Amino acid sequence: MSGFNVDVIFRIAGIGIFISVLNIVLKQAGKEEQAQMLTLGGVVIVLLIVIQLINELFSSIKTIFNLF
Amino acid sequence: MEILQIVAFALIATILVVLLKEHRPVLAMQLSIVVGVVIFLRLIRYLSLVLEFLTGMTMQANISLVYLNILLKIVGIAYIAEFGAQICRDAGEGATAGKVEFAGKLFILVMALPLISAVLETILKFIP
Repeated sequence: MSGFNVDVIFRIAGIGIFISVLNIVLKQAGKEEQAQMLTLGGVVIVLLIVIQLINELFSSIKTIFNLF
Repeated sequence: MEILQIVAFALIATILVVLLKEHRPVLAMQLSIVVGVVIFLRLIRYLSLVLEFLTGMTMQANISLVYLNILLKIVGIAYIAEFGAQICRDAGEGATAGKVEFAGKLFILVMALPLISAVLETILKFIP
């Protein structure tokens, strides 16, 4: 559990930095559309991680506070 | 000393969020959501300790557990509404945050209705 915690932060930040760098390269090469798609793809991948974590948060809050 | 771990974790996360905010504001926002969730997930163990203590005290005092359950639900609603509103406000969506807080207040009021009616009935019994 504790290993996963710090891992996920670095994973998201790594994706962000990676996308920034690739974006600059693609823009320099004059491929604006691909750069846009890359940004969108990065957001979706991170969103998948975030949704998993939020699901975990909500289910634990439901069990702890006896909601529903 | 788990507080040291959490503070270190929050500092590292803050540095990463500031690093990302300049070029990728969306990813920075998602990262701050993850930070909030992960810190809460670490605190759950201690939270359940406190709640078990409260339940034990309620049992000892012979108070119905229904009231404690209502209180716990209110605390949970308040926490989750505050969490969502803070994330929205951080992202610059103050209006959405206000709506989330309003929804939280409304649900808390709905949860508290049985308590309010119980208190009113007790007061009315004392008034001849």
